[in-house]
Amino acid sequence: MRTPVFILLQIAVATALYFILRAADNDYLFFLGYTVLEFIVLATAWNILGGYCGYVNFGSAGFFAIGAYTSVFFYTVGQSLEDLFPENLVGPLQSVFPLPVPVLVVIGGIVAGLVGLGTGYLTLRLRGVFFAIATLALSVVLQTFVLNWSFVGGSRGAYIIPPDKVPIFGPYIQYLFVLMLALVILSLTCARLIERSRLGYGFATIRDDELAAEACGVPTLRLKLIATTLSGALMGMAGAPLPFYIGYVEPGSAFDLSYAVNSIAMPMIGGTTSWAGPMIGAVLLGTLQQIATVTISSAVNLLIVGLLLIGFVIVAPSGIIGLWQGWMRRRKEA
Amino acid sequence: MELNLLLNAVIAGLLLGGFYAAVTAGISISFGMLDIVNIGHPAFILLGSYIAYVVNVNLGVDPIVVSIIVLPAFYFLGAFIYQIYYVSFEKRGQESLRGLAFFFGVLFVTEVCLLLIFGVDYRSVNATYIGPSLSFAHMEFPLRLLVPCFVSLIMFAALQIFLARTFIGRAVMAVSQDPTALRLMAVDPTRIKRIAFGISIATASMAGAFLIIIQPVIPSVGRDYIGRIFAICVLGGLGSLPGTLIAALLLGVIESITSVFYGPSWAPAVSFGILLLTLAVKPSGLLGR
Amino acid sequence: MSAPLLQVRQLGKRFGGFVALDGVDIDVAPGERIGLIGPNGSGKSTLVNCICGTLRNETGSVTFSGEKMDGLIAHERTRRGLARSFQLPRPFMSMTVADNIRVPLLYTVAFRVGHHVSKAEADDRCMELLKLVALDAKAARNPRDLTQVEMRKLELARAMAAEPKLLIADESMAGLSHSEVEDIVALLIRLNESGITIIMIEHIMRAVMSFSQRLVVLVSGKKIADGKPDDVIKEREVIGAYLGQ
Repeated sequence: MRTPVFILLQIAVATALYFILRAADNDYLFFLGYTVLEFIVLATAWNILGGYCGYVNFGSAGFFAIGAYTSVFFYTVGQSLEDLFPENLVGPLQSVFPLPVPVLVVIGGIVAGLVGLGTGYLTLRLRGVFFAIATLALSVVLQTFVLNWSFVGGSRGAYIIPPDKVPIFGPYIQYLFVLMLALVILSLTCARLIERSRLGYGFATIRDDELAAEACGVPTLRLKLIATTLSGALMGMAGAPLPFYIGYVEPGSAFDLSYAVNSIAMPMIGGTTSWAGPMIGAVLLGTLQQIATVTISSAVNLLIVGLLLIGFVIVAPSGIIGLWQGWMRRRKEA
Repeated sequence: MELNLLLNAVIAGLLLGGFYAAVTAGISISFGMLDIVNIGHPAFILLGSYIAYVVNVNLGVDPIVVSIIVLPAFYFLGAFIYQIYYVSFEKRGQESLRGLAFFFGVLFVTEVCLLLIFGVDYRSVNATYIGPSLSFAHMEFPLRLLVPCFVSLIMFAALQIFLARTFIGRAVMAVSQDPTALRLMAVDPTRIKRIAFGISIATASMAGAFLIIIQPVIPSVGRDYIGRIFAICVLGGLGSLPGTLIAALLLGVIESITSVFYGPSWAPAVSFGILLLTLAVKPSGLLGR
Repeated sequence: MSAPLLQVRQLGKRFGGFVALDGVDIDVAPGERIGLIGPNGSGKSTLVNCICGTLRNETGSVTFSGEKMDGLIAHERTRRGLARSFQLPRPFMSMTVADNIRVPLLYTVAFRVGHHVSKAEADDRCMELLKLVALDAKAARNPRDLTQVEMRKLELARAMAAEPKLLIADESMAGLSHSEVEDIVALLIRLNESGITIIMIEHIMRAVMSFSQRLVVLVSGKKIADGKPDDVIKEREVIGAYLGQ
């Protein structure tokens, strides 16, 4: 299937999904759906670096939070124009602020992407293990930094008041839902494009054997930097609408470790070698977690994720897609 | 008076550093010598803390004594986990991605289990040396820091002697550098690694007792230590126990001074910042191989 | 006499206190067939790694096609025409045999020719190379399904796919049978006749003698002999190095 067809297919599915949920007339479904879509983007983004290149990123929460806090930053700027800028600038700026969420998504993506590039540049020349630890380090350093930055709320947190209703969509959550759908389409298309391109081969050689890859002419450092930047940018984009989704952002929850665990568990359970794997993992695990949180407790739901991660990593390392492929292969041979 | 503050910050930092050395000793073995990235090590330390807590609160036994009693259990736990790790990952050559994910899962699951059992209240232990301090000249030596530091240094020295003087110890140091040579001496590298990993988890038992003496704990405290452990390990140089000790003392002092003069909320950033700096500038560390 | 294709000057490399290479000088003229021999641990693989950029040499220099290679990373040297096969085969396990060959085509040849190698072109070149090493029947298989011998052939074919000017074959014949060794030697000679300069590192003397126009001997990181094969093997030092004095 050629890429433009794939994009159209996704748009068709997305549109259908939107109207089905709208017909159900229950805003809670949109909130739930937003969370699952957010996970799809995070999982797909993680997989570009983790599944395709073999470099584990423990700091997904950090990149995600960069997106969230970029939004908080610009929102706060918009709220305090008179305090920050001289009088003659306030007027024209007021027509620009508050920045629309799609713009914040782009900015969040750029900032997160640059941070990914920087981290990669510092650490990717070392072994993969050091990169993994460095990403965890980055997440904590960023969290500490934000904790001490009162402009974006610091430890007290920041309140965001989104508009109640939006033209065309109605309830604000539906608008955010559609935005997240667009991000899902973007990330899935990216992942699939990479898979089928020369870049995909390059990433696979890095995962398999970096030394041999270099000997074959693959510029491993450059490719790893591309992966890190792209992955970070997508995560930042996923985080940018968060403040408008929950209305209150504080470092503890924005940088929560569960984002890191989920963005690793979902691709590993779904399958890391294909663009579809993270999506499958995200949908399954995402819905499972929501059910568990509501029926049992949120701690138990995290326990389930952790146990599933360990289980799959030991027993079914190629994930659900791997199991399915194996099953198909055995059927063909039978 | 600033100087007095600084002096006591340095002392507290050194004492804390001794404790950090004990915490990191396990990783020095598993990561530094066996090349196993056990990012879940802090979880075992927390496990040690809570076991010490339960026995101490219910039976009144000193936490350090508890940790020594449960040492064998931790050793076998470590050996068991290594066996799973070996069969699932090392044998298949998949240890980089999947091994990391595995240990991350272990960290997470352990933390959540402790959370479910013990909840989010801070837990602490009772012992005669928690509270009083030794005063000397203008210097304060809080006993709750001094005692763990002292015992941890003993543990550290014991480890060093074990690695340098006993056959198995030397085999552990050799196993990452030359497993073939070990095989030629009729020593099974896998068995050596299992023993070593068991020891590394056993150290977590004692480190856990030290931790809950020094500060009250909740399950998420482990995460603060991931950074410290790896920062110390990398700064000291992988595979070098003496390097680990020096790096631990250094980190303890820097953290303590930062905490006293800039506020405790900057502490986690210190260790991770040092880690990033070391990785960027001299990844082989101070005394690295 | 034409300028040498490869010039290695005073190459030095240490690992901690251990001196792996101690001031090695080698000249390789275009079109030559060189055999590089030496006892285990003499530094042959380290030499290859330093020439190809996998390891960084501490002293000395490597000049290829008149260009200094110092500071260039491995993939940059490969793109300039310097290819090598690995002593222990390192195929990419997550792709098919054919895709293994495709990688150097996509990442080396395509950059040289200056345009994107089309899918059809790449497919054709892959099959050509696989036929050359008699692996075309297994093009769609995973390297895991190959025998040791076939993996070595794949390793060679992958190095050839980079369309090098100089190919360094690092012990590609270990463990092969008599006829298999002859096949590989014949293949390498054929490649050489099509214009590729080849350095063969081997322990199998029969192969080295039948292949090489010139023999270089490395012992303990130092070059102790360099000349016609028949002359070199008679040198006292060379015999001593192999038989022990």
